[in-house]
Amino acid sequence: MKSLCFYFQVHQPFRLDHYKVQQIGEHHEYFDDLKNKEIFRKVAEKCYLPTNALLLKLCKQYPEFRASFSLSGVFLDHCELWGMDVLDSFKALAKTDQIEFLSETAYHSLAGIYSKKEFADQITKHREMIKTHFGIEPTIFRNTELIYSNEIAEFIRQMGFKGILAEGADHILDWRSPNHLYQSLRCELQKEIKSIAKKHNINQQKKVGKRTRRLTQRELPLLLKNYKLSDDIAFRFSNKGWTEHPLSSEKFGAWIDAAEGETINLFMDYETFGEHQWEDTGIFQFLENLPKALKERNIGFRTPSEVIAELKPIAEIDMHLPVSWADMERDLSAWNGNNIQKAALETIYALEPKIDQLKKLSTLDSRLLSTLDTWRKLQISDQFYYMSTKHWTDGDVHKYFSPFDSPYDAYIYFMNALTDFEQQIDSSLKN
Amino acid sequence: MFGWEFPPFSYGGLGTACRGIVEGLSHHDVHLTLVLPKANNIRTEKLHISGADDLLNGTSKKIINKLRLIHIDSKLNPYMTAEAYLEQLNPHHLNNLSSLIRTNSPHQTPYGKNLFEEISRYAQKAAIISKNHEHDIIHIHDWLTMPAGVMAKKTSGKPLISHIHATEFDRTGDNPHQEVYDIERKGMEASDHIIAVSEFTKQKIIQNYGISPDKITVVHNAVLKEKEYFKLQPQIENQDPVILFLGRMTLQKGPEYFLHMAKQVLEKEPKAKFVMAGDGDMMHRMIELSTELRIAKNVLFAGYLSGPEIDKAYANADLYIMPSVSEPFGITPLEAIKNGTPVMISRQSGVSEVIRNALRVDFWDIEEMANKTLAVIHYKKLREFLIQESQKDLDQLSWKNQAGLIRGVYHHVQKNSLQAIS
Repeated sequence: MKSLCFYFQVHQPFRLDHYKVQQIGEHHEYFDDLKNKEIFRKVAEKCYLPTNALLLKLCKQYPEFRASFSLSGVFLDHCELWGMDVLDSFKALAKTDQIEFLSETAYHSLAGIYSKKEFADQITKHREMIKTHFGIEPTIFRNTELIYSNEIAEFIRQMGFKGILAEGADHILDWRSPNHLYQSLRCELQKEIKSIAKKHNINQQKKVGKRTRRLTQRELPLLLKNYKLSDDIAFRFSNKGWTEHPLSSEKFGAWIDAAEGETINLFMDYETFGEHQWEDTGIFQFLENLPKALKERNIGFRTPSEVIAELKPIAEIDMHLPVSWADMERDLSAWNGNNIQKAALETIYALEPKIDQLKKLSTLDSRLLSTLDTWRKLQISDQFYYMSTKHWTDGDVHKYFSPFDSPYDAYIYFMNALTDFEQQIDSSLKN
Repeated sequence: MFGWEFPPFSYGGLGTACRGIVEGLSHHDVHLTLVLPKANNIRTEKLHISGADDLLNGTSKKIINKLRLIHIDSKLNPYMTAEAYLEQLNPHHLNNLSSLIRTNSPHQTPYGKNLFEEISRYAQKAAIISKNHEHDIIHIHDWLTMPAGVMAKKTSGKPLISHIHATEFDRTGDNPHQEVYDIERKGMEASDHIIAVSEFTKQKIIQNYGISPDKITVVHNAVLKEKEYFKLQPQIENQDPVILFLGRMTLQKGPEYFLHMAKQVLEKEPKAKFVMAGDGDMMHRMIELSTELRIAKNVLFAGYLSGPEIDKAYANADLYIMPSVSEPFGITPLEAIKNGTPVMISRQSGVSEVIRNALRVDFWDIEEMANKTLAVIHYKKLREFLIQESQKDLDQLSWKNQAGLIRGVYHHVQKNSLQAIS
């Protein structure tokens, strides 16, 4: 049976305050929590709460309904600070067994590219958070902004995950359809990277003969986003200039029906519902009517785990260079495309040895934890996204999401905060 | 076209813009009669000739074939105030004996008794020119030539285009002289179409002069490309950061914000040097202010610069700041970028509509200005990247393209006036 696989990304960054050079050494409040709270509450009212309520209703009404979420760790931090109601509504969804929660980095970071050790630490931390809040241990991984490469997939496989999600980019798929289950291409990892993955393996130890081992699968199944159908909902839904506007659930159901393949993977930001596409566009009615429209065509729903359990991978996909779901290029250029972004990334990850030194010096006291937390909040991918200077239409998307007037402002406030942060670490190390 | 003398014989952005427009129009099918004010005394006799030479220099034959130059004997210059006119007419050298012998009382000169009289005298001459020289369109630049445009239109019946580079509100910080405002308003109302140098200016024209938005087209200024720019080798012995202000020291340009910013920067970066180039009615006050703030040691007043000195000043600086209170366009940041210097510009400026890769501040936000200046000093990559990217912004601006837009306005106005006749 053909089925639809929903994955919704839920994330809110900690946006930086306008922290000036003159403030370096004076105080260490880098984040604009007034703005962070304000945006979180706005999105909660427009999107998280109403959409969660709708999904809960759909779960009850249609036992075959399925969806999956990836909640970033910093989003969960936001919930704990300003939205226990939002957290509770996700908990209610978790109890239905129709909703799957995926694994990602706690800080929605680019650590997968810049430091595998930090990557593994953040994945572990995120799993702990999901377990604490929902009593669930995720087994399917999706990286920040769907950033994927053979190397990342291999690392994730060696960490013991059962599957991974990625973008169905044209330049990778070419003539192939994203609507099948694939598997990642295995590759050789450096020895020290291997041992990091092994150390962070997510599975229980098992006795195999005389030795204890943790389970790793031989192959890592790969789900690819159908970006055309996903974008019909996420980007084009309210576009009156679009020839298909308005998009009804029935019409969309017919497209799914007509599409080849076994699994139509619709991956998108959760904020699509009510925030990017406002309520008055009819987006909620669309979602509400979709299960019925699909049922009439005998199309079901699957979570990523169900897709992996029920389908067999048809081929390997080779993604040597990193692929993401951002912008037209589907690469990393939204975060490291220009020299100020590169400089900022280099500087933040160059702090890792100092952070390690600090870890060795102190036990896990609250001060160290807060230092670690700040370092990681500065790693949130959004910080670098705001520094993008791409000129074409993608630039507008960057601008829409940015709390800053310009990429230069984003860079300056980031570097100011980082300069102060490094000074603090240096003084801690001296003492 | 009633325009203004080109640099180096004019002062400020208006002459530069006029030159750009004239050269740009030469690429399009436009035959231009350029009318310029020029005081008829010994000094300007010379200027008359060199002015023509300057026009010829570095410009193609094409331009000369399509250009006719007419001078009206007048002491007008594009940034003239009523006081400045009187001073020029009746200069302080009246006090010294030799000039007393040569100069008669100002009332016996051919010029108007005051600025407003001179403007209307200029307009009378303009009427005669428009009667004697065939033309299809009248194009004027800023308020001093507006009465000339209106008179010319009355005489020839041809459509009038007012090109607004600055309004009285920009020049005076929202305290307009009523007489100047009246001239501007009448001129704009009499105009068949208005060209504004920025969206910023267009909005001011709509708000302050009640002109319909349909009558206004925005054509941003550009920068002349053919001029070789000054690329200074980095000076090894002078590692201290140099921050530059360059422009007329008038209220409009916000020089005092620059000094207050300097004070804050120096608290963190005591070796920084602040260069203030240009003169103007606020220069003495600025010198005073720098001592009051106790930063005089780090502030250098370079005085009025011209030609290669300007390029050198830009090239020597680590950052150029234009803290203007109200800048309809602001061509200096483009000159700075041309010389490989990153720029910080006031949000209250038209140029910020065309230069994306610049640091932006509100002119009054001294703390933020200091923050960004310090960031440029501290973060090498930021400075490098700004230099590299802002060049790309500059490459997209050309007078040839902008003149094409002006040509479009001519076409539109001509079509409308033909329709009105038929």
